[in-house]
Amino acid sequence: MPSDSVLRLVWIYPDLLSTYGDQGNVLVLEQRARRRGIPVETVHVRSADPVPESGDIYLIGGGEDRPQILAAERLRRDGGLHRAVARGAAMLAVCAGYQIMGSTFGGEEGQPVDGIGLLDIASGRGGARAVGELVAETDPALGVPTLTGFENHMGVTRLGPGVRPLSRTVVGTGNGDGTEGCYAGKVVGTYLHGPALARNPGLADLLLTWATGAQLPPADDTWFTRLREERLAAVLPRQ
Amino acid sequence: MSQLPLRAQLASALGRTAATLSRATGRGDGSVIGGRVGLALEPDLLRQLAQDRKLALVSATNGKTTTTRLITSALQDLGDVATNAFGANMPAGHVSALSSAKDAPYGVLEVDEKYLPEVVDTTGAGVIVLMNLSRDQMDRAAEIWLLAQKWRRALAGRNVHVIANADDPLVTWGASTAARVTWVSAGQPWKEDSWCCPECGGPLDRKGLDYVPPGGHVSGVPGQSTQAENDWACRECSFRRPAPSWILDGEAAIDPQGRRWTLDIQLPGRANRANAVIALATAEAFGLPVERALPRLREVRSVAGRYTTVERDGRQARLLLAKNPAGWLEAFDVLDPALPVILSVNAQGPDGRDTSWLWDVDYRVLRGRPVYVTGERRLDLALRLDVADVPFQLMGSFGQALAAQPPGKVDVIANYTAFQQIRSEFGRAV
Repeated sequence: MPSDSVLRLVWIYPDLLSTYGDQGNVLVLEQRARRRGIPVETVHVRSADPVPESGDIYLIGGGEDRPQILAAERLRRDGGLHRAVARGAAMLAVCAGYQIMGSTFGGEEGQPVDGIGLLDIASGRGGARAVGELVAETDPALGVPTLTGFENHMGVTRLGPGVRPLSRTVVGTGNGDGTEGCYAGKVVGTYLHGPALARNPGLADLLLTWATGAQLPPADDTWFTRLREERLAAVLPRQ
Repeated sequence: MSQLPLRAQLASALGRTAATLSRATGRGDGSVIGGRVGLALEPDLLRQLAQDRKLALVSATNGKTTTTRLITSALQDLGDVATNAFGANMPAGHVSALSSAKDAPYGVLEVDEKYLPEVVDTTGAGVIVLMNLSRDQMDRAAEIWLLAQKWRRALAGRNVHVIANADDPLVTWGASTAARVTWVSAGQPWKEDSWCCPECGGPLDRKGLDYVPPGGHVSGVPGQSTQAENDWACRECSFRRPAPSWILDGEAAIDPQGRRWTLDIQLPGRANRANAVIALATAEAFGLPVERALPRLREVRSVAGRYTTVERDGRQARLLLAKNPAGWLEAFDVLDPALPVILSVNAQGPDGRDTSWLWDVDYRVLRGRPVYVTGERRLDLALRLDVADVPFQLMGSFGQALAAQPPGKVDVIANYTAFQQIRSEFGRAV
């Protein structure tokens, strides 16, 4: 991001994939940037419209089976997101949006559906629905504190050699093999659904750092911290 | 009505006994336990209890309990009405409602959205009332597109008269396989779940209204919409809003003859005016004209504790129940802008254990008034308000929040178990 310009957030397909308060990720990024004096401009891209290539951070959320399939078809046909990622844009892909990034995911009847191939992962349908709180220890290389959030999905995701696990689960299901989410370059995917960044401001700051290329001054984390502490205490087994 | 077979009579009587015991021992209002006992003894009980009655089933994400009450109120003009007034909206509650009013020729039953196909089938109800579908407690509820698809299958080829909100695209899609539908323009302030065509997935266009992203205001005043904004059509296929025969127009209902009726009901807010128009259309399906139905709707002041006022030490708190983003949008429309507001949020089983939905609610309308935050998940709401730049005070309990008010009135919005906790502590006036 050039130093004198605004940070451009691009929210992909809120009309299809915005089921669980996914807007929260947009609002948290906007707030954390603005409170540090970084001007922000947010573009909402409806599924009938082209995805702009010039964004700094792209966000894509969760949704039902049918909208997920429609979103994958349209993103593949459009190509804008692929060009943006090739250009070095950052992205957070959540739940159904995370699965779409891989080579394949499970459709309405569990049938394999083509993803858009931006992450080296393949997803399918698991046996039981994973619903509940999730806690996971983040890859130390990222410098992001313990992940906390809520998952609600039937997906099982296999990570290929082109990605690294975002974290290792302590409570919850995540990818289904003891890991949760993944990342490659500046693209992050996670099963923490909806407003994942609200309980993980460190992950929000990682995306902002990637996008701005600068160290961020500290922010007032009072309410973020209180909520994180309360949730982690409620979910983690007593010591 | 005809006599129940002996076994069903016995099952029904034992169920009522269990209900009485439940109430007497303070365990509940008895409407679920009584029905469960009855159903266990006679699985076919609901079918037998429903036989030979004129029944309306009422389903939606929001407004089921209130609309059930309004329709019941209207139909009492025609005779006795059996109803599940306390929101026990699954088959056990239906058995309980029908067996406690065995001789009532009419029945109005609130039905959980997921159970609608089963209850339509079991009861053979002649009138089905469908109001709205939106995201709700998704850690346990079905995805709403799937729900609408199940409604379509349940209604296809059946001799029923559906009363449905034509302004909600998903409800329209769910209702449109029915042989006979009376379409009502009851409005749809919450549009976040219907920017895509349920039939083909294409973009839905709304006349005079560009796409508004989640969190954006649809018009200047949230909760208000014009007739033009209620119209919708798919850009890619032929699915579009059917022409309504009843219309909610501001404070008035317009009936199929084009006559305008000022509603003037006591229940507050746009959502209740929408519920009232639906109730008038339903009453007409039972042969009850507006001039007889409307005065009865005006008698309803409070429904299962909603909109009642509880009082302590000179503070009068008006209780509003809102369980999901669409419900909060409608509740904001009811708030008195001159009053402080207490918000209470829990995440127990009946609320949904996932608080993500808080991020779908646009709280910015609360800026400029004193806001107090409480409930078991108050920190989730506190962060949400902080990010929305809405100043607030965090309180340890509802009692503390109430005590922090100056004497006088205050509005309260709470989700399900938070609402019930306030009612049980401060009085269960119905």
